Amino acid sequence: MDTRDPHDARLSRRRFVQGLMLGGAAAGLGMRAGVTMAQSDAVAPRELRGTRFDLAIGELPVDFTGRRRLATAVNGQLPAPLLRWREGDTVTLRVTNRLRVPSSIHWHGILLPAGMDGVPGISFPGIAPGETFTYRFPLRQSGTYWYHSHSGFQEQTGLYGPIVIEPARGERFPAERDYVVMLSDWTDEDPLAVYAHLKQQGDYYNYAEPTAPEFLRDVRTQGLRRALAERRMWQRMRMSPADLADVGGATYTYLMNGRTPVDNWEGLFKRGEKVRLRFINGSAMTLFDVRIPGLKMTVVAADGQDVEPVSVDEFRIAVAETYDVIVEPSDDRAWTVFAQAIDRSGYARGTLAPRAGMDAPVPAMDARPVLSMGDMMGAMGGGSMARHARPEYRNPGVDMRVDTPRSNLDDPGIGLRGNGRRALAYADLHTIGGALDAREPGREIELHLTGNMQRYMWSFDGVKFSDAKPLHFRAGERLRLVLVNDTMMNHPIHLHGMWSELENADGGFQVRKHTIDVQPAQRVAYGVTANALGRWAYHCHMLYHMEAGMMREVVVS
Amino acid sequence: MSAFVRIALACLALSLSPWVLAQQVAPAPASSTGGMDMSSMPGMDHPHDAETDMSAVDHGRHGMDAMPHTRMQGGAAPPDARSADDSDGTGDGAMPGMEMRDAEPLGMLRFDQLEAFDGLHADGTAWEMEGWYGTDTDKLRLRSEGQRDGGRFDDSDAEALWSHAVAAYWDTELGVRSDFGSGPARQWLAFGVQGLAPYWFELAATAYAGQGGRTAARLRADYELRITQRWILQPEWEVNLYGRDDPQRRLGSGLSDASFGLRLRYEIRRQFAPYLGVVWTQRFGGTATFARDGGGTAFDRRLVAGLRFWF
Repeated sequence: MDTRDPHDARLSRRRFVQGLMLGGAAAGLGMRAGVTMAQSDAVAPRELRGTRFDLAIGELPVDFTGRRRLATAVNGQLPAPLLRWREGDTVTLRVTNRLRVPSSIHWHGILLPAGMDGVPGISFPGIAPGETFTYRFPLRQSGTYWYHSHSGFQEQTGLYGPIVIEPARGERFPAERDYVVMLSDWTDEDPLAVYAHLKQQGDYYNYAEPTAPEFLRDVRTQGLRRALAERRMWQRMRMSPADLADVGGATYTYLMNGRTPVDNWEGLFKRGEKVRLRFINGSAMTLFDVRIPGLKMTVVAADGQDVEPVSVDEFRIAVAETYDVIVEPSDDRAWTVFAQAIDRSGYARGTLAPRAGMDAPVPAMDARPVLSMGDMMGAMGGGSMARHARPEYRNPGVDMRVDTPRSNLDDPGIGLRGNGRRALAYADLHTIGGALDAREPGREIELHLTGNMQRYMWSFDGVKFSDAKPLHFRAGERLRLVLVNDTMMNHPIHLHGMWSELENADGGFQVRKHTIDVQPAQRVAYGVTANALGRWAYHCHMLYHMEAGMMREVVVS
Repeated sequence: MSAFVRIALACLALSLSPWVLAQQVAPAPASSTGGMDMSSMPGMDHPHDAETDMSAVDHGRHGMDAMPHTRMQGGAAPPDARSADDSDGTGDGAMPGMEMRDAEPLGMLRFDQLEAFDGLHADGTAWEMEGWYGTDTDKLRLRSEGQRDGGRFDDSDAEALWSHAVAAYWDTELGVRSDFGSGPARQWLAFGVQGLAPYWFELAATAYAGQGGRTAARLRADYELRITQRWILQPEWEVNLYGRDDPQRRLGSGLSDASFGLRLRYEIRRQFAPYLGVVWTQRFGGTATFARDGGGTAFDRRLVAGLRFWF
């Protein structure tokens, strides 16, 4: 059922066209003449390599939609420069804040001393306007990561960039070409206004709510009783089966390496070459479903960690996740890299081509999916019982609890089920080498992801960050974190400073990640070794969920 | 005109139908498919895995009937509910720099109705507005409604309330109301509840206590029926009751008046929507008598045109 409003489709097209005419992020950049969007050498984000880096955070005039706006950028670039590091090196990064407000950079997924983690209020006081903060840490890992601001809404306005750490012993899966594909969402609105709109009306950006004519149509095709039955529970619960994304194409323009769909990011290859694509979801709020029609993708790494290769047609990348895939385009033709938003309200798009200036057909977006009862109630008939926390009851911030969550990792998620394409699921991911710490967890901490869509409140266990005490991990212990999603939205949960080692339903090791997406009504469990002393952030990586309170401080002592 | 009324009533019936009919349909249909497409769920390939097997559930009946028995919303915590405190007594870092917005107050000002009306006996302008400022759980709420005709205010009031969230969808309200317009001003203390009822009805019920033992009550309900994502039909009901006669404001005791409005708006943007509508008002008892004595009638029907906007 495609319920998108024709107005919005028109709006999106207009936006994309304007993005083409006005040249995206390059406009007003003050970049050297000759470095323009049309040239392929400007396509890859500029890269910095070595062990010493000077980064300056400042404002950058941009124009993605026909309206001139100020972005937050690093060294005048959006996305920020690609930082290419080498495993085993110690990097020194001098970050100067040229904004009028405090800023910060967090190195997402990197194991480092707590004071270098870059979370204002937890790791350090932030970087005051005009000041320089020097980050210095050794690199004890390799792979694809990224960095972003942890101050206010700066991540939404452009402060994010890719990191590639070359393995000391060379790539396990070598390729002739290597491209970063960084996905993000851009809004012309002030992010604080976006946040306020969500508080004022939770479905402000949702233009696919069920309508009365659809109900009448269902009555005609299914009969009154069945059409009513289908709506009855949602209506009674005051929930919407259309609640797929809080913020979507009504305000967002989706970017690939800082380019709008018409601006068309381009990666070149020679026929027969292996091309490694390092996908990074640097969005504030958007889960993307990625595919390259006609090409099989071999997933070789997840969140920077090599996995046993798995061949897929499509994968979902939640906010903050990274996936490395290898493709082998064998024909002398162009291929579209297509990343549609989970709510099908728009897409990011680029092209792999043997020569500059080529393009390939852009597929139509899939029909917008509708949440099922399983997304609301979990396993229904069976499944393990969730252990709800006391504050989840009689709490204005909690509109729903799932008693029997499902714990299947073989579900690629809503919208990817049974679409005829082979879609990646967490059950397909196996980190090479197994768990870092084979000890059976000595302790279990259960946390529920909770919220109220009407009030736009988000929390763990019904307690917002500002009302919550920290979580305490005992130094050196192996513990199990159990997350139960008591909402109908995906929540990519990110633990700073330590790996999250996802377990399968039998408690065996599955995959090592820094960000674990918990699907609606799902229960996941993962092992954590508390070997990083200090204070760490632990939060949902949906930016507006985090700002609304879905965050905890973790103390390892 | 009668065609318009027929259409309006049909829309009303449509807006209420899911609610009314749902009551008649219970228990839910025994259809084994229930309209839910779970056949494409992964895990369907593993019928022995109880965790993932949804085919074991009789989709239509079980899925729907499970609801009333397992409370997914509200309710008291069971005795074995978990503590949400895993801090082992550890305090937070108390470091400067944190700027989370989860406790920051926000505000909103919304004119639900700002309209010109053309009634059977009078025309003029009317408004209904609401504003709030505060946090998720505690807000200062301002509300006002009223009208002007013949160049003066008539039957208007303004309220200032402390609104406190008590449940996922419900707030209690405590504050004051001031009546102005025709007759002497009246001041009231106000207490009520407002929120979102199942089936998405916005409800507000407020009781008032005034000087000299006066009492009053007001009930309001409205609903938003989407014709498309931007065309929205909004039925609205309001009933006023008074504890005693107030001849100076031409109010009789008991049920004073009831009105039903239907407004069809087009959201050019979320925050800016022009509308057209019709409002029927019936005055009862003493209030109707006062109206007739003043040269009016107990019944009025108004055509309205206006703007809904907020920021």
